[in-house]
Amino acid sequence: MVNRIVVGAHYGLRDWLVQRATAVIMLVYAVAVGAFVLFAAKAGYADWQQLFSCTWVKVLTTVTVLALLWHAWVGIRDIWMDYVQPLGLRVTLHVLTIVWLVGSLVYSVKVVWGV
Amino acid sequence: MTTQTVKFRVYRYDPDKDAKPYMQDISVEVDTTTERKLLDALVKLKVVDETLSFRRSCREGVCGSDAMNINGKNGLACITDIDTLKQPIEVRPLPGLPVIRDLIVDMTQFFKQYHSIKPYVINDTPAPDRERLQSQEDRKELDGLYECILCACCSTSCPSFWWNPDKFVGPAGLLAAYRFIADTRDTATNERLDNLEDPYRLFRCHTIMNCVDVCPKELNPTKAIGKIKEMMLKRVA
Repeated sequence: MVNRIVVGAHYGLRDWLVQRATAVIMLVYAVAVGAFVLFAAKAGYADWQQLFSCTWVKVLTTVTVLALLWHAWVGIRDIWMDYVQPLGLRVTLHVLTIVWLVGSLVYSVKVVWGV
Repeated sequence: MTTQTVKFRVYRYDPDKDAKPYMQDISVEVDTTTERKLLDALVKLKVVDETLSFRRSCREGVCGSDAMNINGKNGLACITDIDTLKQPIEVRPLPGLPVIRDLIVDMTQFFKQYHSIKPYVINDTPAPDRERLQSQEDRKELDGLYECILCACCSTSCPSFWWNPDKFVGPAGLLAAYRFIADTRDTATNERLDNLEDPYRLFRCHTIMNCVDVCPKELNPTKAIGKIKEMMLKRVA
C-alpha cells in the first residue's frame, strides 16, 4: 500500500450531533438524580430501592447509560485518532474500546434491571 | 531621543550548523520615540547579530509575514507593542510547523490545507457581461471572513492542527472555506460541504478557541466553523 494521506470518510456530523444530544440526556438525568439527592437527603437504601424499582426510572437510567457509552465512544475514538498513529494498533484499540463499552452496557442492564 | 534596553530570549536554529535548537539571550537598545513595536526591536537585533533570520515585509499587520510565538502566544511582531511584553521577551517560531531556520517555518502544510478548500468563487452559470453582483446584505455576510491575512497564527496555536496538520484543515482554512460557502455568488456549496464532511477535515475542531484568542485581525474562526456545522445540519435535518 502506498503511503498517501487519505481523508473523506463522509461522517463526522452524525457523531458531532450525537455527542451534543447525549450530553443533554446526561445533563437532564444528572439534574433529576441531583434533585432527588437534594430533596430526599435522608433517603436510605429502601427509598433508593423503591425509586429504582419503577420501570420508568429503569428505562431512563438505561437510556442515560446508552447516551453515556455512545458519548464516550465518540470521545475515546477521537483520542485514539489523535494520538495513536499506527493503523493496526489504532484499530485494535477501537475494537477493545467497543468491547469494553458493550460489556459495561450489559453489566449496567444487569444492575439496573436487577433491582 | 529616549533609549531603552530590550532583553530577548530568542529561539535559534541553523540546521547547517546546530545539532539542535537553543535559546539565545541577547539585548538591544531601541529608540522608544520611533521604535515601539517588537518588529522594530528584532530589526535592530539583526544589526547586532546578522545571522538572526525571520520573515517580515509590510510592518503594519497586513502581509502576515512576521507571525511568531511571542512570550508563549502567537502574534505579529509588527503590531505588538514592546511595552506590553514581559522581559526578557521570549521569541520562538510558530509552533507545530517544521523550522527552516531561527524564526522561519515551513508553511507548506498550512497552504496545502488552505488550497484544499478551493479558495476561490466557483460559479457554473454563464458569466454576466460585467460582474456578478451581490446585495449589500449578502456582501455583509463576508465581513469577518475575508479579512484573513493567512499569517497562520491561528492554525499553529491549535492542538488539533499540531496532531493532524496533514488531515485537519485548521482554523485559517476553515474560515476561508466558510467565506466561500457564505458567498452568494458561489454555486459549489454542496461540494464544499461534502469536502469537509469528514472526522478529520472539519470535526477535529473541538471548539477550544485558541484561534480566536490569537488572531491578530480579531477574526473568529470558531464561529465560522460553527456555521459550517450548522449548514451541514440544515442539509440533513
